[in-house]
Amino acid sequence: MNFGQSFRLAVKSLMTSKMRSLLTMLGIIIGVAAVIIITSLGNGMQNYMNDQFEEMGSNLIQAQVWTTGTSLDIQAEDMYALVEKYPQYLSGVTPYKTVQGTVRQGNDEFKRTSVYGVGETFYNIDKNTIMTGSSMGQGRFLSYVDVERAQPVCVIGAYIEKEAFGGDALGKTLTVSGAPFTVVGVLAQNGDNSEGSSDDCIYIPYTQADRLSQGSYYALYMFTSIDRSTAAAAKGIVENRLLKAYHDSDYYLVMTSAEMMDAMDSMVNLLMAILTLIAAISLLVGGIGIMNIMLVSVTERTREIGIRKSLGAKGRDIRSQFIIEAGTTSAIGGSIGIILGIIMANVITNVIALVLGTGNDGFVAMPTLQGIGVAFGVSVAIGILFGYLPANKAAKLNPIDALRYD
Amino acid sequence: MEHLIEFRDIYKIYQMGEEEVHALDGVSMTIDPGEFVAIVGQSGSGKSTAMNIIGCLDVPTSGTYHLGGIDVSTMEDDQQAEIRNKMLGFIFQQYNLIPKLNVQENVELPLLYAGVSAEERHERAVRSLERVGLADKRKNLPSQLSGGQQQRVSIARALAGNPSVILADEPTGALDSRTGREVLTFLQKLNAEGDTVVLITHDNSIAVKAKRIIRLQDGKIIYDGDSQDPQAVVQPHEEESSEDDGFAALIGEGVEG
Ligand SMILES: Nc1ncnc2c1ncn2[C@@H]1O[C@H](COP(=O)(O)OP(=O)(O)O)[C@@H](O)[C@H]1O
Ligand SMILES: [Mg+2]
Repeated sequence: MNFGQSFRLAVKSLMTSKMRSLLTMLGIIIGVAAVIIITSLGNGMQNYMNDQFEEMGSNLIQAQVWTTGTSLDIQAEDMYALVEKYPQYLSGVTPYKTVQGTVRQGNDEFKRTSVYGVGETFYNIDKNTIMTGSSMGQGRFLSYVDVERAQPVCVIGAYIEKEAFGGDALGKTLTVSGAPFTVVGVLAQNGDNSEGSSDDCIYIPYTQADRLSQGSYYALYMFTSIDRSTAAAAKGIVENRLLKAYHDSDYYLVMTSAEMMDAMDSMVNLLMAILTLIAAISLLVGGIGIMNIMLVSVTERTREIGIRKSLGAKGRDIRSQFIIEAGTTSAIGGSIGIILGIIMANVITNVIALVLGTGNDGFVAMPTLQGIGVAFGVSVAIGILFGYLPANKAAKLNPIDALRYD
Repeated sequence: MEHLIEFRDIYKIYQMGEEEVHALDGVSMTIDPGEFVAIVGQSGSGKSTAMNIIGCLDVPTSGTYHLGGIDVSTMEDDQQAEIRNKMLGFIFQQYNLIPKLNVQENVELPLLYAGVSAEERHERAVRSLERVGLADKRKNLPSQLSGGQQQRVSIARALAGNPSVILADEPTGALDSRTGREVLTFLQKLNAEGDTVVLITHDNSIAVKAKRIIRLQDGKIIYDGDSQDPQAVVQPHEEESSEDDGFAALIGEGVEG
């Protein structure tokens, strides 16, 4: 029958008994809020991880090669040659060595600072950036000569410049594992300039790094592909070259950051799917709550149904009235749930920012339009689905008995 | 002339365990347009059953019922609903207004189910309420009106759909005698304006306000004729019918006071 009147009647009867309406809608409210919170968290997590990768560079390819100590071992020169041979895929390569060692400047000790040994090709002169994305601030990057002669020089991140040297670092000295290094360049700020971030780093010639950490079982090479889309092909080229050298794929491992990003994304997606499913169960419970209250409502309004039928309402008129009522109830519940979910997502964002001390550009639990749409759609659908049984019961009432009921 | 209502040998039989109850036991009668008929009888005589069948709320066990020339005795529920909507206007003892809807919305209901546009619904409901003199109470809820006013709203609702028959089931039963008389006078006025009215009552003093009386007993018609004929108000087994104080009221003086 008339949608507008059914809708108004539904809202009216919801308003007349607010407590009962709230209890009826509680399951839907909780379920929808949970779905919104979970999808917001998932979305936020994905955005956060993507940002981290983006900061690092999405066109990076890492090749990890086990050292055998024999003539079989691949040399840095072989990797340089590979880049020269395939310029349409690879734009650069450098040895990349993580150094375990304490960084000191004066009396200060920097425990969370990352120290890497790299080659001069880690820096791209044309783009004025290093492979992991930061650009040069002051001074220069490591040079060919620095690397060849294993000079004790370093390039430092913006955080170290600020914290260790008070903003004036060029020409000054710091120590890594006791060995002194002279600062020749400072990187521009890239991350949020906090401890442990991508600005808390030191680059030294990889030839120096070899000396600082001897007896390493593997060598690491960092390639850059032209862009993210050529990463897969570039990875194949590197793998082919390594297979040619070792004849056994167990000796090396090549990973692209694009792949890692995708792997992380699908992991987060899977986690979200599972959590959403759990939230959906509470939606189901909400639906049963609606069905229950609708059955009560049909009984309470038996006489009304009889009156309507005596005035000419057909079965389908009565059915649609109750279905619209159930749908309206769950839609209102769903809307409340959406608002609650968005508020909760904001609260969680603020709590995480507070706990991690990351400030505003850290993790943000961002509700997705899609998540909101699905949650609303599902809640209306559940109302209609679980409203059908009571509505059908009402539609089938015998008008004589219904009129006599009180 | 074609009859508006025509019962041909109508039976309504209820099976109560072993025993069969003949609520209507071979009833034949006709009612023509413009008539004002009261169906009377003691409790259990079959009035409600007759009213349910006339009102297309129920179907007979056997026999045929033509309403406005259409055989409605074997119809499905939804077809019956449509007939009720188009041809019948009900007035109930308990008014049967929907408490959550205001007066206007209540009166519009039959038009809503007839698929009439919102604008026309409004207009016809207002006209109908003007006929019962309650146009100024349009926005009130039924609970804000007196019993007599509520019954007038239910009459307005019955009139709104412009029905062929107005079917009133004990319309004064819940009212005090003065308002009851007003409602009866109003039904007489409607009849004078051309509406066909069928009144169901157990009370002779009310039945005599109609032009014609059909008296039922044990599911059979025992009198059918002019309401002013002395035979019309003769109630058989009067000593048994303690519930039926209407007749007593008529001969003795006011039992209900
Ligand atoms: N649904 C039913 N089931 C069984 N018997 C019924 C039913 N309805 C009415 N009866 C019986 O039919 C007879 C007539 O009832 P009814 O039409 O209600 O009479 P009235 O309205 O004149 O009091 C009564 O004996 C009553 O018990
Ligand atoms: Mg009765």
